[in-house]
Amino acid sequence: MSNKTFLAVLVVAMLLFAVAPLMIAWAPYEATMGLVQKIFYFHVPAAMAMFVSAFVCGIASALYLFKRNVRADRWAIAAAELVALFGLVVLISGPLWARKAWGVWWQWDARLTSTLVLWMIFLGYLLLRRYGGPGSDKLSAGMALFGMANVPFVYISVNIWRTVHPTTNVVMTLSPGMRGAFWWCVAAFMLLYVLALAARARLEDQRARLEELYLALDDDLA
Amino acid sequence: MTERPIVGWMVRVIVFVAALAVAAPAPAALVTAPQQAPAGQSEFVPIDELPPAEQLPAAPLLIAAYAVVWVVLLAYVWSLWRRLGVVEKELADVARRIESGQRRA
Repeated sequence: MSNKTFLAVLVVAMLLFAVAPLMIAWAPYEATMGLVQKIFYFHVPAAMAMFVSAFVCGIASALYLFKRNVRADRWAIAAAELVALFGLVVLISGPLWARKAWGVWWQWDARLTSTLVLWMIFLGYLLLRRYGGPGSDKLSAGMALFGMANVPFVYISVNIWRTVHPTTNVVMTLSPGMRGAFWWCVAAFMLLYVLALAARARLEDQRARLEELYLALDDDLA
Repeated sequence: MTERPIVGWMVRVIVFVAALAVAAPAPAALVTAPQQAPAGQSEFVPIDELPPAEQLPAAPLLIAAYAVVWVVLLAYVWSLWRRLGVVEKELADVARRIESGQRRA
């Protein structure tokens, strides 16, 4: 992504985030949950960003494992870090919502537990890359494939098992007042995700370039 | 004491402890009925006005949720910016050292 494109997307994302609180305030209250339901407008887009990032990491890891595409591995690291980031947002905003809506901070139901497991898989990926030593790149790529495969299960868990978490149907049946605010926030989070992914991948590219330069410096000294 | 009485005594103790472990949760189970999780909502129903009882208690949780989201995202952006700055500074430094090495050669 060129600097000009990055800046343009950044400006748009900042505008979307600036207007988002107004959209959320204008959206109607929900009959059962009331005011606290408005956490939905950040919680669900963050979860969507988490799932998208898990897919990006899995696909990039597959390209690295099977096609030996080194650049794809850098994108995989970037995406894994963003799974951890957006997962943290989901796992903190969710319990804050749950405390009011369900009376408890946490329930070991299918959706919450599987989301926690998905988050931990990608934390494991990052720990492996950081401390795993030689060969950890391929091992973590395998983990990322497993993590990516988990995402559909996390998504449909609320529809298959009896769970206290709202089902996937709530997004499809949003009222017009809620729909506008929701998709506005989704657009803001997705743009933010794209920017963060590009910036994080650039960091990995720069690190790789630095390594090459150090090798060139060693050759010169030798 | 002979060996057989000791074994018999130990067996009696083990059976007693096992019986306690099985019987102990029974009163608690009788008192508390098993709780079934309510079914998840399949639709959000909009309303125009909040009932008064709903207004204040949810606000701190809502504010905390938005504050956490902003803090986490801004902290990450700051961390990324700092890490990129460190690497790019080091890149410039190494490039300069290579260039000065080549000029000397």
